[in-house]
Amino acid sequence: MAVSDLPPLDDTEAARLRADFPILETRIGDAQLVYLDSGATSQKPECVWEAEQHFYETANAAVHRGAHTLAVEATDRFEDARAAVAGFVGAGEREIVWTANATEALNLIAYSFSNASLGAGGPEAQPFRLGPGDEIVATGMEHHANLIPWQELAARTGASFRWIPLTPDARLDLEAAADIVNAKTRILAFTHVSNVLGTVNDPAPLVAMAKAVGAFTVLDACQSAPHLPLNLRALDVDFAAFSGHKMLGPTGIGALYGRAELLDAMPPFLFGGSMITTVSMEKAEYLPAPQRFEAGTQKIAQAVGLAAAVGYLSEVGMDRVRAWEELLGERMLTGLSDIPGVRLLGPAADSGVQRTGTVPFAVEGVHPHDVGQFLDSRGVAVRVGHHCAEPLHRFLGVTASTRASAYLYNTTADVDALLQAVSDVRGFFGVK
Amino acid sequence: MNPLEQLYQEIILDHSKRRVGAASLEGEPGAGEGQSHQHNPLCGDDITLRARVSADGVIESLAWQGDGCSISMASASVLAEGLRGHAVSEFAEANETFHELMRSRGKLAADEELEERLGDAAAFAGVSKFPARVKCALLSWEAAKDAIARASA
Repeated sequence: MAVSDLPPLDDTEAARLRADFPILETRIGDAQLVYLDSGATSQKPECVWEAEQHFYETANAAVHRGAHTLAVEATDRFEDARAAVAGFVGAGEREIVWTANATEALNLIAYSFSNASLGAGGPEAQPFRLGPGDEIVATGMEHHANLIPWQELAARTGASFRWIPLTPDARLDLEAAADIVNAKTRILAFTHVSNVLGTVNDPAPLVAMAKAVGAFTVLDACQSAPHLPLNLRALDVDFAAFSGHKMLGPTGIGALYGRAELLDAMPPFLFGGSMITTVSMEKAEYLPAPQRFEAGTQKIAQAVGLAAAVGYLSEVGMDRVRAWEELLGERMLTGLSDIPGVRLLGPAADSGVQRTGTVPFAVEGVHPHDVGQFLDSRGVAVRVGHHCAEPLHRFLGVTASTRASAYLYNTTADVDALLQAVSDVRGFFGVK
Repeated sequence: MNPLEQLYQEIILDHSKRRVGAASLEGEPGAGEGQSHQHNPLCGDDITLRARVSADGVIESLAWQGDGCSISMASASVLAEGLRGHAVSEFAEANETFHELMRSRGKLAADEELEERLGDAAAFAGVSKFPARVKCALLSWEAAKDAIARASA
């Protein structure tokens, strides 16, 4: 991805971008909305739903079937969308499979491996067959979506499930990983950016470990695709998953990335229309990727909307988005560490760990649910709970946390509103 | 009072700190006792509640251990304080009233009649305006209902 020659994002530029996100003008009671929950789902610029609307107004038809003009137009826009999203993440067009979200993408991989393990896919599916003696490895900081599918795949195939533990300051323990990833390892699944901690894991050492033992790598890119310049081919992972709704796109669409030769050899997970070459009453043969994984009518308007979202992000420039969020994240980290009774979770503010604009914290003596409720009364929207990462929270010694997550449309004023509201929490609840 | 102050009434904040009936529950429930564990996966509120019910249907004690937000902890505390010495049938009536209150979306006010029927639990009227918090308030009531039924079985 080209480095933008535009000046860095700042408050003036972010304020200009905000005009594209009408929902950010919402009033919460007497307060102005301060949306710091983009880690859960991002807000969407007008151009995204306008693209969907335009598709319905001018090109709606079923794709990859039918010879009429609209069917051809719809297919073109659908495939153009795939090309746009592929380009955005540094993938080839045939390497992007549409899914409902990242969760479905990760399950797709797991079930395709399952089907291979049951004998599907012929000789070329051999690399995907798992059984007793094989090991699947994830990490202690995964979102449940990149954890449970692997636990279940292990249970279905007789493989063992293992995980890379964390260091005391909640980084991946690469020394331990070097032992855990061994000749039995067949899959190594890990997150690029922790959805709770906002810390960036360098894929390089893990990819190298997996390659050395011939294991497949699966990257959860849900929190990196929206926030960092991403080039999946350069990262050299075998598979990756991301969700559209976290990167300015519509809900209901996400994508699986897989190296083309792997996707063509991997047996399908969902079966039905649009994914076959020939069907008899006895059996069926399947199209190459990506169609072999896209059974049934697809999320066409959503794909078009997601293409508009990545177009918007590219126009702003992902390097600028990254730099601005880093700045907002640092302001949150520093500001929160200065508030008495507030404890940051994960690596310390000065640890030098790469981060996005996501910061989890605890307010001593006040449950996160109450913190979130109080912040809401000031218009500040954050996430409270375990953020679908229960094992990580257990490791951090808490059952739940409060997480503020920024995006390109946030300003330093948003961060300051968060800091002011957090400073008032303990007073309101009478905690000293 | 603004909605936030209606939600976090003094009674609620006070009970969330006092935690009447909070105990470390060890061993299995004995004769005349019943125990229930309830968990809210959305926010992690967790409670184990043990009830002792006499042969003639009087709630002799409620003890609980738990972890959660102020609403869930205060709700357990209010129950433990308020139910002691009351008949199981009275709990059933209060439970129905409390559920009705929680479903009211702020339409039922904490008036004298409600206070008569619910005691301190009427202070949770403000919770009903916050649908995301209703489950927090109900968690200990579910636990109490289940534990009392087990104790009476």
